[in-house]
Amino acid sequence: MKKNGFQSSAPKTLLPKCPTGIQGLDEITGGGLPRGRPTLVCGGAGCGKTLLAAEFLVRGAVQFDEPGVLMAFEETEKELTANVASLGFDLAGLVRRKKIVIDYVHIERSEVQESGEYDLEGLFVRLGHAIDSIGAKRVVLDTLEVLFASLPNEAILRSELRRLFRWLKDKGVTAVITAERGRESLTRHGLEEYVSDCVILLDHRVNDQIATRHLRVVKYRGALHGTNEFPFLIGDEGISVLPITSLALNHKVSGERIATGIPRLDAMLGGKGFFRGSSILLTGTPGTGKTIVSANFAQAAARRGERVLFFSFEESPDQIIRNMQSIGLRLEPLVKRGLLRFHSARPSLYGLEMHLATMFKEITTFKPHVVIIDPITSLMDCGTNSENKGMITRLIDHLKAGQITSLFTSLTQGGHALQQSEAAMSSLMDSWLLLQDYEGNGERNRVLYVLKARGMAHSNQIREFLISDRGIDLVDAYIGPSGVLTGSARAAQGALENAAVLAAQQEAAQLKREVERKREAIERQISGLRADYETEAQELRRIAEQVGTSTLMLTSERTASGILRQADAKTVVHPRSRARNGKVHS
Amino acid sequence: MKVQQPKKIRRATPAKKKTAAGQPADKHILRLFVAGATARSRQAILRVRELCASELQELCELEVIDIYQQPALARDNQIVATPTLIIEFPPPLRRFIGNLTNITGLFVELDLVRKVKINA
Repeated sequence: MKKNGFQSSAPKTLLPKCPTGIQGLDEITGGGLPRGRPTLVCGGAGCGKTLLAAEFLVRGAVQFDEPGVLMAFEETEKELTANVASLGFDLAGLVRRKKIVIDYVHIERSEVQESGEYDLEGLFVRLGHAIDSIGAKRVVLDTLEVLFASLPNEAILRSELRRLFRWLKDKGVTAVITAERGRESLTRHGLEEYVSDCVILLDHRVNDQIATRHLRVVKYRGALHGTNEFPFLIGDEGISVLPITSLALNHKVSGERIATGIPRLDAMLGGKGFFRGSSILLTGTPGTGKTIVSANFAQAAARRGERVLFFSFEESPDQIIRNMQSIGLRLEPLVKRGLLRFHSARPSLYGLEMHLATMFKEITTFKPHVVIIDPITSLMDCGTNSENKGMITRLIDHLKAGQITSLFTSLTQGGHALQQSEAAMSSLMDSWLLLQDYEGNGERNRVLYVLKARGMAHSNQIREFLISDRGIDLVDAYIGPSGVLTGSARAAQGALENAAVLAAQQEAAQLKREVERKREAIERQISGLRADYETEAQELRRIAEQVGTSTLMLTSERTASGILRQADAKTVVHPRSRARNGKVHS
Repeated sequence: MKVQQPKKIRRATPAKKKTAAGQPADKHILRLFVAGATARSRQAILRVRELCASELQELCELEVIDIYQQPALARDNQIVATPTLIIEFPPPLRRFIGNLTNITGLFVELDLVRKVKINA
């Protein structure tokens, strides 16, 4: 409802804002605190109220050339200077250069006796004098509520505080008033009643033994602001609030592809590997080789001359280097050349935000091309589900904005819950590789799938993942009627198949021999028959010759006898009669 | 408390040194801080003067400071409320805030009145 009103109004009605310079806070509040108005910062003990106020003042003086007045009711100038020095602020120097005035207000209750009516004009005069002496634009009152303990008459105090805030507004200074958190109200003495323009609530909670500070803008009159609770931390460079949703989804993408260090895996990913600047999730049950794949990826990138930042939350750098040596991955030279940097930390060392901030810092200083986080899951034990998702979103946004390729390994407990538990994370990832154990025949074998690879054609096939002292190798798993076979089963199946082929070959040879024999038999038969035929034909010829001879002899005898009988019949010697005779004989 | 008290006296050293060196021990040094010429300021000034004149006479050294004129002194003397009467000497340091409607009672409480009477 506030949003609609905000959007419909013209930009000229926008509230003038006073940038705090505090990382992330200006993003949440859309530019800073309301200029010329008081802002109430409330919270329990030790949640960083004073530091927030002090940083507002120091950054104002240093970055925005707005001098400031710090009216301290609790700590002396010396104490304050020492306290903020841990954040790298030189308060004493700023005081010397007349950028900041610190006025320590102290009322010793035992010295004071009330006698009649009074007002707090003394405070006004001191504040006014301090503001005018350096032309201050910012004022911090830390913690005004101490007055309630020091001055006996609360009615006077309340009316005077109301007057003070009015006066601050009239002075046109941007004020930050800190107050202790109350039991039921925002502040113990109901200061929120007087400061109604902007209220920021700080909170320090312990979740699972890990303390996290949170910041929430409860109220910001006249401006759109992030209403969520944002984790923040106090690092050595001041406060940084980590707004999860402040970054828009508009990062540039690269079409460049980078190799994974495993040629077969590249082949599975459309032949070229991952996109530069994409986020890759590598899930797997324990001992499936996640770190090895990561190390391979790291080595491949470093060999291309890219800088790789390896966040390890389980192993020390030396341990990783030693273990990778065993599979022929030599990382040490890359570390020495400054291409590979390890950052190891125990996940439970500090809260999620601190981890995130440390990682951001490492990333900013090292400027890596590839970031590996091994494993993201142990980091996720630090926070609640929503915190984790927020953290990963923020991390991925940060990395993508810088076109940094990121590889996250994720340890899963196996079984079907695997994909469910990763549901929240996986939607943020561009590519997802799954490493799995295949159990059977008394052995476990590693397999690898590409579950998802946005923007590229990728293999849907299972690959067996072999780790040897020469590194990683991917081989085709056996896929047949009896299912997917890996390891020795795959080998056994191979042998079985070889035997089958051999048997078939032998059978064929046998058949061939038989056919040959048959052919020979037939041929023998044919030659036998031919021989018979030949004999018969010979016989026939012989008989025909005989008949011929006998006919001839007969004819010649007849002729001779005819001559003898002087017969006149010459016609007797006729071919037809001869043939007829022959026929008769045969 | 014990640590802070001498600190505060030290802050008002110029006045104290002067008195400690040359003044009699029962000399009273009072400072009244007011903010401008308001009704409250006037009331406070009048009452203190009256009391000093009647009870302490020449043993009383009263300084009236308008913090509008000398804002730095407000800071140096840790003034928050006005009017504030600071009894700097004799120790311990005492502050009375308000327009001093019942100042006589407070003086009695501090043995100031009785002491003067005994001396007299």
